[in-house]
Amino acid sequence: MSIPLSWYLVLAAALFSIGLYGVLVRKNAIAILLGVELMLNAVNINLVAFWRYLDPAQMAGQAFAIIVFAVAAAEVAVGLALIIAVYRRRKTVVADEIDLMKW
Amino acid sequence: MTGAQIVFLVCAGLILGSAVMVVTARNLMHAAFWLIAALFGVAVLYALLEAGFMAVIQVVIYIGAIAIMFIFADMLTRREVRESRAQIGRNWPLAAFAGLSILTGLVALILGQPGVSRTASAIPAGVDPVAALGTALVSPDAYVLPFEVASVLLLAALVGAVYIAGIVKK
Repeated sequence: MSIPLSWYLVLAAALFSIGLYGVLVRKNAIAILLGVELMLNAVNINLVAFWRYLDPAQMAGQAFAIIVFAVAAAEVAVGLALIIAVYRRRKTVVADEIDLMKW
Repeated sequence: MTGAQIVFLVCAGLILGSAVMVVTARNLMHAAFWLIAALFGVAVLYALLEAGFMAVIQVVIYIGAIAIMFIFADMLTRREVRESRAQIGRNWPLAAFAGLSILTGLVALILGQPGVSRTASAIPAGVDPVAALGTALVSPDAYVLPFEVASVLLLAALVGAVYIAGIVKK
């Protein structure tokens, strides 16, 4: 294991920034969720890297990363269900056009 | 430069290149496929970090379930947002500026920390990461409560997703 810890952290920072750009710039609500997935993955890389480099006998990093997995799965399930429900009623998935609570 | 470093750099290139394609591809279906490539690169990183269980569930859950759900949702909502319409908002320079400033800030913060250039010591003999993780997740002394809360959250999300998306009003 000759890779410095900083390599993982910089890679995760770059992945997080790309995901943030996607979240901010995309119009399609599904594409915004794609950007959120990239950001969650960047966080998970950090968690697992810190687990490996600081104290591999303590499982806190991996356990936390698994909770992030579960939350990501729940977020995608509910988020995509909401998008599909909105699409059925409004025939649009463009986030700019979804600005009414009731139709 | 060792083999692990070469593998890391190849993976990093794959992840970042795919991530850029995820946020810039005009066709959302292509973006979903690029997301699968990026997720696979992250799985290789987990394997490189000797977190075998994480690598497996990255492939099974993220690629096998989450990415597939994105593809389904894209196909179910495809009619309206076609490739002919602009996929990118007007204020993209502002978003690019926000991303770049976050990136430079984070990198400066990371490289300024002490001990950040350390390399990993070997996993202590007698510690099996997968077994230790399994024990930690169900041990009352460790993470059994977050684990159970996560399962309740998944059940709630399952019921909620079926309720929200399943009702079709005529």
